[in-house]
Amino acid sequence: MAALARGAGMSLVDILSVLAATIRLATPLVLATLGGLFSERAGVVALGLEGMMLASAFASACIASISGSPWLALAAGMSIAMLLSLVHGFAAITQRGDQVVSGMALNILVAGLCPSLGLAWFHQGGQTPALGHDMRFMPITLPLADTLAGVPVLGPVWNNLIGGHNLIVYLAAVLLPASAWLLYRTSFGLRIRAVGENPHAVDAAGLSVAGLRYGALALSGLLVGLAGADLSIAEGAGFGRDMTAGRGYVALAALIFGKWRPVPAFGACLLFAFCDALQVRLQGVALPLVGVVPVQFVEALPYLLTVLLLAGFVGAARAPRAIGLPFVKTR
Amino acid sequence: MRRDLPVLVDYLLIPALNLALAFLVGAVVLALIGVSPSDALGTLLDGAFGSLDGLGYTLYYATTFIFTGLAVAIPYQAGLFNIGGEGQATLGGLGVTLVCQAMGGYPLWLTLPLAILVAALFGAGWAAVPAVLQVKRGSHIVITTIMFNFLAAAFMTYLLIDMLRAPGDPSPETGAFPASTALPYAHEWAQHLGLAMEESPLNLSFLVALAVAFLAWLFIRRTRWGYEIRATGHNPSAAAYAAIPVGRVTVLAVCLGGACAGLVGINEVMGVLHRLVLGFTAGAGIVGIAVALMGRNHPFGIVLAAILFGALYQGGAELAFDYPQVTRDIIVVMDGLVILFCGALENMLRAPVTRAWQRWRAVPA
Repeated sequence: MAALARGAGMSLVDILSVLAATIRLATPLVLATLGGLFSERAGVVALGLEGMMLASAFASACIASISGSPWLALAAGMSIAMLLSLVHGFAAITQRGDQVVSGMALNILVAGLCPSLGLAWFHQGGQTPALGHDMRFMPITLPLADTLAGVPVLGPVWNNLIGGHNLIVYLAAVLLPASAWLLYRTSFGLRIRAVGENPHAVDAAGLSVAGLRYGALALSGLLVGLAGADLSIAEGAGFGRDMTAGRGYVALAALIFGKWRPVPAFGACLLFAFCDALQVRLQGVALPLVGVVPVQFVEALPYLLTVLLLAGFVGAARAPRAIGLPFVKTR
Repeated sequence: MRRDLPVLVDYLLIPALNLALAFLVGAVVLALIGVSPSDALGTLLDGAFGSLDGLGYTLYYATTFIFTGLAVAIPYQAGLFNIGGEGQATLGGLGVTLVCQAMGGYPLWLTLPLAILVAALFGAGWAAVPAVLQVKRGSHIVITTIMFNFLAAAFMTYLLIDMLRAPGDPSPETGAFPASTALPYAHEWAQHLGLAMEESPLNLSFLVALAVAFLAWLFIRRTRWGYEIRATGHNPSAAAYAAIPVGRVTVLAVCLGGACAGLVGINEVMGVLHRLVLGFTAGAGIVGIAVALMGRNHPFGIVLAAILFGALYQGGAELAFDYPQVTRDIIVVMDGLVILFCGALENMLRAPVTRAWQRWRAVPA
């Protein structure tokens, strides 16, 4: 890293800005991964993350530009993602359909629907209008920012690395431990995990397998909805075509890489985000030994990393035992 | 096997009803956009089948969708979901380009088989990596093939901007191929036979696609390897117990799918564009998923489903032409709806239809 930084001619400020970008880029990944976590731990394949996230980004941007309220927009985005999550649940739980197919159907449907509706409603080539500052969640300045501004190292760290992010970034930071607590320390979490491992045991205990799975999916939708809203009304200022750019799949990869556990999955998200932040920084920069790497290779880095991580390190990761299997009460 | 229903109801009526549901929701979307669904249906049908050149376009799109449909269906027989048609087709296009650029001046009967072979090899090669990773490292093939789509797109952008671009050309595309490598168009043949057919991009590739579909059927249903693929798809552990090399069969099935996707390059690059253009696949890999589900992963079903989606594409193009507020994204919406209703919600109507059928049978004639 140090050699890389020297080679790229990076100073402390540059490194801080890459790290701050890592935090920003990790936020939607972390939220989507947590959403995927609840779904998959309950035994439902979360391949629809991409579509749910995109739909939420679109709905948030639409409502923000119409109502002017980021809060209403956030609610809309989360509701749409939850609705789609429940549609996926209907196919997977009630109809016992193929969950991979259902997830892909959602992704494709949303990829077509958002630009179609966007064009018809806003006449801007499928995008939503650019959102003003009051319609978005803007970066928050932490207390003491002015006082610390002059202090070397601590000042930039406090103002630009820890501070200066939008509300959803801090929400994600809270929701990560909260999700881990919910999953591992509450009876609801225990039941979610049980229903993903052995739904028959849960059924025999007199609990509703379908009810628990729908519950997990609703929760999953809310979290993924936050991720989508972050893209369009917090980090970005409006909806753009395909703005999720495969983050839903990367989140799924992070989930698998983290072996379906919140903290390792969070680590994977950070790694992907760091890689993504670095690629912006590396474009056109000559590296030691390799020279200037073509832009496309740098851009492909996160996808390549996903493949490598899935192939190299997961190895013996065991998915929730009942994942992808429809529950049939009597064997 | 379930035989509560006659084959005709099971394989025709239920898919038709599911398709009708998908169209019904599609109509709601059109209404949301501000287009009258009945007008749109008229434009769509007229555009797709109302004229000879419309029909030509429909079959030209169908050609590509037969290839991408098979790309999903053959691995599906082994129980694997190949989302990578897009990337595999991209690489196939690259293979076709290399052959066409090298084979200027040679007769077409020599160039075409070579192009088919290389396109299939390139597609299969791109599919082989996710397949091997799935078998050897247990990485999920759905995610890896999706990542390989992104990688193929980045790779192609690099190649077209930095390596293959014609000197002085600002756009990311190669120069035109030698004229001798162009496949004959259907309207040219019609002219030779003294028939007047309006120009359309329909070309010799359509026959190649039909032949490949037939060969795929022969392979899957009539050969030992095809049997091994199906056995693996039904029950991998039983197949392994029966001494079927499940890993090798898995890789074979995915590679065959990739080979079919690679052939998209024959239709698009060699047949119509006559140069390699960035993004020539235009989402065909995704349509292939819908085509395979609609065609029940059977080669003949896929030919029919591909023609249906070809009509949808051509009709959709007319729709986008007639209505300023409609883009071709509306077709992607239809893809998604068809995948949802004919794939994931396939069984939704089965129970009520079975009940209705049994009640109808119970009534004495």
